[in-house]
Amino acid sequence: MRREPLIPLAESNAASTGSLGAAMAATLTRDLRQALRRRSELINPLAFFALVITLFPLGISPDKALLATLAPGLVWVAALLATLLSLDGLFRQDFDDGSLEQLLLTPQPLPLLVLAKVVGHWLLTGLPLALMAPLLGVMLGLPSAAFGVLMASLALGSMSLSLIGAIGAALTVGLRRGGVLLSLIILPLYIPVLIFGAGAVQSAVAGLPSLPHLAILGAMLALALLLAPLAIAAGLRLSVNG
Amino acid sequence: MAFTSVADFFAMGGHAVYVWSAWGLTTAGLMGLVISTRLSRRAVEADIRRRVRRERSHS
Amino acid sequence: MSAPATFFAASSRWLPWLWSLAIIMLLIGSVWGLAFAPADYQQGNSFRIIYVHVPAAILAQSCFMLLAACAVIFLVWKIKLADMVATAAAPIGALMTALALFSGSVWGIPTWGTWWIWDARLTSMLIQLFLYLGVIVLRGAFASRDSGSRAASILALVGMVNIPIIKYSVDWWSTLHQPATFTLSEAPPMPASMWIPLLLMVMGFYAFFTALVLMRTRVEVLRRESAKQWVRLLLNIVPERASSVHAASVQAKDERH
Repeated sequence: MRREPLIPLAESNAASTGSLGAAMAATLTRDLRQALRRRSELINPLAFFALVITLFPLGISPDKALLATLAPGLVWVAALLATLLSLDGLFRQDFDDGSLEQLLLTPQPLPLLVLAKVVGHWLLTGLPLALMAPLLGVMLGLPSAAFGVLMASLALGSMSLSLIGAIGAALTVGLRRGGVLLSLIILPLYIPVLIFGAGAVQSAVAGLPSLPHLAILGAMLALALLLAPLAIAAGLRLSVNG
Repeated sequence: MAFTSVADFFAMGGHAVYVWSAWGLTTAGLMGLVISTRLSRRAVEADIRRRVRRERSHS
Repeated sequence: MSAPATFFAASSRWLPWLWSLAIIMLLIGSVWGLAFAPADYQQGNSFRIIYVHVPAAILAQSCFMLLAACAVIFLVWKIKLADMVATAAAPIGALMTALALFSGSVWGIPTWGTWWIWDARLTSMLIQLFLYLGVIVLRGAFASRDSGSRAASILALVGMVNIPIIKYSVDWWSTLHQPATFTLSEAPPMPASMWIPLLLMVMGFYAFFTALVLMRTRVEVLRRESAKQWVRLLLNIVPERASSVHAASVQAKDERH
């Protein structure tokens, strides 16, 4: 399959003369275009998400009332695991074919370029998961009044999940069996997002205001946006050079 | 003294299992760390000695 | 002399003092706490678990701060000794966390009637244990020591930023799920005969921890500097060209532990 150069020729002029926005946009569009060529990989996290949600009624009970009380947590845990599943591939291919090395050599600040890559990852996994969630909510008997909050909390939270997860992906991309290690180092860091994400949906189900939860999710996202790119960049530097 | 006899002390007012298992495992854990550190020190020293011997026999 | 060599010589002078301090405080604290402190009016004698549980929990948290501080020193100033300290301290922190968890859940049986309860403190301790394991395993996963050190340092820093957030969210979560349970450490104000032994135990644990970290760092120094001349002089393996007088002087300066 054809791999694109890191910065397409048309944009390479802008990138080399230092236009940061152009370089970020180029990184993002390249990632998106490349992902759209591998549609099966795009569908993987979504299929996983749906499958896990199907397993719960089979494992617990088809009782609607019981499932409805569990639904916020189940949907959130399944979405979290689906994100985790997709993380291993975030830098893997770029690492294998050397384009990650090119990314490190570009004159633009690495944390911002990496941010563009993470945004791409979120557009391809987190956002589709959030859009798909109401469908699974229906299957679990989640009251339809909570769908809006479910989607909003997943959309907000999964961006944080992508950012935090990318730290782990960057640290483990050079390792042969990074997958298991990735979940060990990333899952504990996911817990705050899970608590407030599922909390938002739970309070929406209970008819309570869920805005405070969403605000805290937003605050976590702001912090992650600020700090995670630095850690991701440091992780990539050591994985590529080490 | 909070206890009237030695047997009373070991019985811990019926909570012997909990108190002594918590204290016992903590002591064992701390002692285990000290011992494992001493063992690894010895292993490292033996390793260095072995390497030096090998270097000498080659030169 | 290199920094690790200087550290090696200096720490051998501190260690006897630290060990004696630790043993004296731990002995007095244990005897006082186990035999002389009055029984709690609510929990009876099971409260004596506090004298191992609280020090272990405090050390578990302090140790992660030490890891993060070492990570900054190592990543910013490239001081290798800081990384050796982090390597030495991480397993101790993990053990302290595990001990705090164990003693906490054992304490749970007489107080709550169950081994495990999703209490905020126990839950965040459990998460902290996973963080420690991640740092330790990540360090070991790399073929090159330097990559492993940098990866573990980055993860320790990320963990440090996250620990307050995790604590806050777990606290919030647990108040939502189970209001008004008895928490382990927010005990009613204690009389002096109860908290003085606790203070002794906490300080004793700190002294013990410091001594153990130094001791393990010394092993790590030997391991990493094993090719250096001073290590060989110290171990009394004198190559032909080095003078035995020099070796003797180094040996005298650095009594082995």
